[in-house]
Amino acid sequence: MQSVEQRDEVEMLSLMLLIRRFEERASQQYQAQKIGGFCHLYIGQEAVVAGAIAAVRDDDYVITAYRDHAHALARGTSADACMAELFGKETGCSRGLGGSMHFFNRQNHMYGGHAIVGAHVPLAVGLAFAIKYRGEDRVTLCFFGDGAINQGSFHEALNLAALFKLPIVFICENNLFAMGTSVKRSTSLKQIVDRAEGYDIPGEIVDGMNFREVRDKIDEIVNSIRKEAHPAFVEIRTYRYRGHSMSDPASYRTKQELEKYRLDDPITRLRAQLTREGKLTNEQFDQIDKHAKETVLASVKFAEKSAQLPLDKLYDYTYANGAKP
Amino acid sequence: MREITYRQALNEALAEELERDPNVFLMGEEVAEYNGAYKVSQGLLERFGPRRIIDTPISENGFAGLGVGAAMVGLRPIIEFMTFSFSLVAFDQVVNNAPNMFTMSGGQFNIPITFRGPNGPAHQLGATHSHATEPLYANAPGLKICTPATPRDAKGLLKTAVRDNNPVLVLEAELLYSSKGMVEPPDEELLIPLGQAEVKREGSDVSIICYAQTVRLALATAAQLEEEDISAEIVDLRSIKPLDEKAIFDSVAKTHRVVIVEQDRPFCGVGAEVCYRIQRNIFDELDAPILRVSQEDVPMPYNERLEKAVLPNVDRLIAAVKKVCYA
Repeated sequence: MQSVEQRDEVEMLSLMLLIRRFEERASQQYQAQKIGGFCHLYIGQEAVVAGAIAAVRDDDYVITAYRDHAHALARGTSADACMAELFGKETGCSRGLGGSMHFFNRQNHMYGGHAIVGAHVPLAVGLAFAIKYRGEDRVTLCFFGDGAINQGSFHEALNLAALFKLPIVFICENNLFAMGTSVKRSTSLKQIVDRAEGYDIPGEIVDGMNFREVRDKIDEIVNSIRKEAHPAFVEIRTYRYRGHSMSDPASYRTKQELEKYRLDDPITRLRAQLTREGKLTNEQFDQIDKHAKETVLASVKFAEKSAQLPLDKLYDYTYANGAKP
Repeated sequence: MREITYRQALNEALAEELERDPNVFLMGEEVAEYNGAYKVSQGLLERFGPRRIIDTPISENGFAGLGVGAAMVGLRPIIEFMTFSFSLVAFDQVVNNAPNMFTMSGGQFNIPITFRGPNGPAHQLGATHSHATEPLYANAPGLKICTPATPRDAKGLLKTAVRDNNPVLVLEAELLYSSKGMVEPPDEELLIPLGQAEVKREGSDVSIICYAQTVRLALATAAQLEEEDISAEIVDLRSIKPLDEKAIFDSVAKTHRVVIVEQDRPFCGVGAEVCYRIQRNIFDELDAPILRVSQEDVPMPYNERLEKAVLPNVDRLIAAVKKVCYA
């Protein structure tokens, strides 16, 4: 099992770059009409998932909402499998049956990819319930957006998690907008983290543009949960540079606001920290970025040449016969 | 064989499956300390402890979703709805999460979960508490649905449901909980496959296709029809999905006349699907148009006389049978 100390920061910077380049390429392929349906990009939010994943073990459970490409990549799903899923191919991480919003990776404990806002939060509580039921010391990370916190399922899930004292971190990726509706227009609270207080769950606010802050805070929480199971809540303040989905020009916010956040870019920030500390040269950074771009470009080629699920397999994925462990 | 109640049969099924598989747990409102709103889980808390028999707050969406999540990592939850009318609060979990997961994940995550509880109209509970939910759920691919009408079927179907690797709805019935019937002794394993109908009474003139609460009604009607020299065959579907087409077609090929009596409402009801499949597959076997007897298409009234008028009853069933028999 990897611990926090062992996860190299340069490696996590590489992950953040891979996520960004993947999303940029997905955007391009979407515009080229190679990708269908809805497509929600994670650009700007990379430090949230990278920081959280850096703080947990590989066998901890991860589940998220529909802006899920980054979580799948962070959980070790190959760019090939992710891009192929967007292309609807059989080699995709959900065989092309899930699409952008439904990335799954059982082997790497990535439990989706869920597209009904708030509906996966009870599922996350179920994952945490199973951990406690079996007496394991795993932790569930449940990611969701600021839009989820006004759904009934979210409230029910928090109450159950607190009542049953389950090992789960509720991670609200507050990017300030639920689609086009700002938090101010959707939520009666001054700050989202106060939701947790209503369920007697400890909550904290974290700067989501700062990889180290995210990692260290989640690390502290997870260590506490492993000692004695309990739920925790973090509101991670972040920003998405793109619209809600590919079809959204994001005209509900100003260019100035976007520029303000771009100046605080999470990748630039971690790069600067590492460079200042002599842990990363410009050449190394360029090399990492080049590698990310190549990996993603290769994933497009892989997705293009991959086959689609044959039509005669249409009914093979409705009912399971064999039990999965 | 010995005679036990439907309630006891379900209780035995739960206890046997909890005993057999440590991954099985029972969760729902009042299932533990209260011993079940309808006493189906009587004694289970004492026997299996609070780790496996778990009371929840009134929070159907929350605990149904919890069950689906636990099933993703291999537990086999039995989620009790105090009534399936309340499952509508959890509709998103039952319809959108449980049955879609296997497809959406490209076959990586099957959901071995059982949702169970009383379903269908009881007695003067009014519109919100009287839903027959089977046609709502039957429309969702990925779900399986069974509707036990007897203690034996209740035990055998529930045990099978718990062992199935897919989400299964066991639609029980409040008015049946105290009914009695013959069931194999506890030391004899009783498993009834899903998707297998049963002829509850042999007959030659007309097939009455029924399920759940309407099985009793059909059997009572058949006894009355016998006095008028009409021999009715009673086909209990037992499972709505998968549907046992063969058993239906075999009976129709024998009698050539069909009445479907269902506890749900007529519009897009279970009978509409059964009717479609018969005419689509064995139209030439029919000697008369198929008739359906169902609830009236109104929200359930509280008033007792009106409620009776809404529900399928012996008189309406006899009239339908006589019509298809041209009697």
